[in-house]
Amino acid sequence: MSQVEVDEPGKRILLMGNEAIARGALEAGVSFCSGYPGNPASEILETLAKVAKKFNLHVQWSVNEIVALEAAGAAAAAGLRALTAMKNLGANVCADFLMTVNLSGTRGGFVMVTGDDPSAHSTTTELDTRNYARFADIPLLEPATIQEAKDMTKLAFDLSEELGVVCMLRTVTRLSHSRGVATLGSMPRQKRVAEFSSQDMWTSGSSAIACMFHGLLHEKMARAQQKFDESEFNHYVGRENTDFIIITSGTGWLYSLEAVKLLGLQDNVGILKLGTTWPLPKKLVAKHLKHAKEVLFVEEIDPFLEQNVKMLTAELLAEGIRPIRFYGKKSNHIRSEFGPGTGEMDVDTVIRALVEIRNLEYFPREKEYSEKALKAVGSYVPTRSMGLCAGCPHRASFWAINKALKWDGRDGIVTADIGCYSLGLLPTGFSVEKTLHCMGAGIGTANGFGNLKSFGLDKPVMAISGDSTFYHACIPALINAKWNRANVLFVVLDNNTTAMTGHQPHPGSGIDAFGSSCAKIPIESVCEGIGVPVRVADPFDVDKAVQSLYEMLQTEGTKAIIFRHECPLTEARKKEKRPTVHVDQDRCIGDECGCVRFCTRVFKCPANIWDSVKGKAKIDEAVCTGCGLCADLCPAGAIILEEVK
Amino acid sequence: MRMKDDPLNIVITGVGGQGNIQASHIIASAAVRGGLYVSVGETYGATQRGGVVMSHVRLSEETQYGPLMPKGKARVILGFEPVECLRTIGDFGNRETRALVNPRPVYPVDVLSGEATYPVVNEVLSAIKELVYSVHVIEATELAKQAGDTLMQNIVMVGCLAASGFTPLRIDIVTEIIKEIFAKRSPEANLKAFELGVKEIRRNRPL
Repeated sequence: MSQVEVDEPGKRILLMGNEAIARGALEAGVSFCSGYPGNPASEILETLAKVAKKFNLHVQWSVNEIVALEAAGAAAAAGLRALTAMKNLGANVCADFLMTVNLSGTRGGFVMVTGDDPSAHSTTTELDTRNYARFADIPLLEPATIQEAKDMTKLAFDLSEELGVVCMLRTVTRLSHSRGVATLGSMPRQKRVAEFSSQDMWTSGSSAIACMFHGLLHEKMARAQQKFDESEFNHYVGRENTDFIIITSGTGWLYSLEAVKLLGLQDNVGILKLGTTWPLPKKLVAKHLKHAKEVLFVEEIDPFLEQNVKMLTAELLAEGIRPIRFYGKKSNHIRSEFGPGTGEMDVDTVIRALVEIRNLEYFPREKEYSEKALKAVGSYVPTRSMGLCAGCPHRASFWAINKALKWDGRDGIVTADIGCYSLGLLPTGFSVEKTLHCMGAGIGTANGFGNLKSFGLDKPVMAISGDSTFYHACIPALINAKWNRANVLFVVLDNNTTAMTGHQPHPGSGIDAFGSSCAKIPIESVCEGIGVPVRVADPFDVDKAVQSLYEMLQTEGTKAIIFRHECPLTEARKKEKRPTVHVDQDRCIGDECGCVRFCTRVFKCPANIWDSVKGKAKIDEAVCTGCGLCADLCPAGAIILEEVK
Repeated sequence: MRMKDDPLNIVITGVGGQGNIQASHIIASAAVRGGLYVSVGETYGATQRGGVVMSHVRLSEETQYGPLMPKGKARVILGFEPVECLRTIGDFGNRETRALVNPRPVYPVDVLSGEATYPVVNEVLSAIKELVYSVHVIEATELAKQAGDTLMQNIVMVGCLAASGFTPLRIDIVTEIIKEIFAKRSPEANLKAFELGVKEIRRNRPL
């Protein structure tokens, strides 16, 4: 049994942040859940899908974030409680709907969870989605602990339903992907019924109606602010009337507490922890600004609280507030190696800010030790770049693309997209890719590069996308390419899963979020429907793959090729035992071969290692998945694949 | 569970695919069952495999701590890979750190491609020894092979940690947790790997 379904109120259990959000949704009586996979938010939907049957939930992986938000919005408009979860960039995808459904409102609790990624551990940008809450003017909650992740999710539903407006819950990587203890609450017993009759209207309207709804939204937000001033998730720790305070939210709370403790500043520094950050709980913040001479802001990514509190301070001037010195991202006290407003927060960042502001000294270890440790790391520790997994079919596809471009000889341009195959920018994918932005931007930008012939850029253009990305964001751009005669070869790397985010299904998988079989929408059918000539090939059949690419590059117009081979990680789960691969020690003649260590230096699969004692190739059995591609490519035929009987 | 150091900071470090997160999950679950406050922060980035993976496990009798420990504050480092162990010491080690390290290298793609070199493992272990209170070298991959699969080196290492006396973890509770986590996937092999780890640390002498 999954931990999140335990029905024992008061029990303390270990939960991942995303599981805690899922549990909070269950305690709130959620019925409809949707989302598109994306780090760090993916496990919210995965957790809900696992318990969907037991709690009679509808859980869907949607084709993209806007469809997810629209679907959940409709369920909420019909009176159900609905949740949608997405990564940071997903908020951009659903922004159109968000900026109208904020006006049309909701009947049932409607919660949008956004997972931000400070330090961009697993995404292409450090976008701060809190700006969307301010932009759309909807209530924003920022949990700081695993317990709060659960409890504030429930609060988000209650608040949304009470005010009749979609509510945003913002999590970050260090909350979503951390684990901690939560005390469970009770599960609801009553099931809701969905209702939407011909008397109902759900729209943001236009002209005067839209303005009227806009005014109503402001009234809702004024009520939200009153509630936030009393919220149990906002509190102050420290001496009352201290003249130095930290204002913090989210993960910054525990980091600030620890930093203040390590520096022994408990008597000198107060901490105002805010869980409800838009609209700002003005009365509460004003109360503490009135006793502060100095304020430090500790928050992840943008100076969001920092700006909002500064605006409030300007309003308070008329009430005779004394001057306050502000520290944070604008003052360069909260910064990473890349400057202020970049990188994730941690205890050391807060300590450094306090040390600099208050002229303190703090040494976590003696200077001599630090120097010695850093010297040892510098002398011995090699960099560890990101790489495609052992047995990854994308390595074979990139191999083929690289080779086909060389045969073609016209210095072709490869535009890339978001997924595991983004690693094609790096040596692990032979650095074939030259551009990378957001979902769908590979084929989107190829619409430009593929239409520049009359301006002197006459090169073949290849756009790469993955299978899940194809459905998410590529179809309009592919139609556009065909319509506007872009000269593009669209290469879809189909490994039958959304691999990057933890192997969720997609519309081509033939299974849904529950793992049940469902309709399959083949990529080639979509291409054919648009009128784009399409081929399908197995990238592990390398010679054929290169040949197909080369031939298609010689034709004009928009065309597509699908490289189809299952991800070795999902394939391995289905097998009892992996096939084994070994190097025939007689056939491998090492550096005398003339292959320049093809397997390790050229092919670069992490399972192909070099035995420096014997001077021969070797397979790392702890890493090898048994795909056998190196056995096909080894020029000496020295690598042997043994299938398991 | 009684603790001398509070919070007790443990780092588990290695490379994607080595079962880092599973190990931190077992340790954290056992600590929660022992009545402690637990915070686990995982760093795994964009790669499924091949990249550095690090977990911070923070145990306390008093309060909930944040998921990332401050620099220089690791009491115990469980290194699944030798250079990753040293890399972690560079950031989080101190003179009181206890290190348990699997000496088997997992070569970075940069080394395989000839752009970087991998150091001699014994030199790495000596450098580690110079920086910490004690270091135990655990042939965890070999022991895991005895238990049935090299992939269970993480469970061998958890066994070493549980019986090391460096943490308040109780062997009986960790055993219970392993049985529960692997209930559907035959826990026997994992329990064997765990026991091999427990036995190993009892006879292992620090470098």
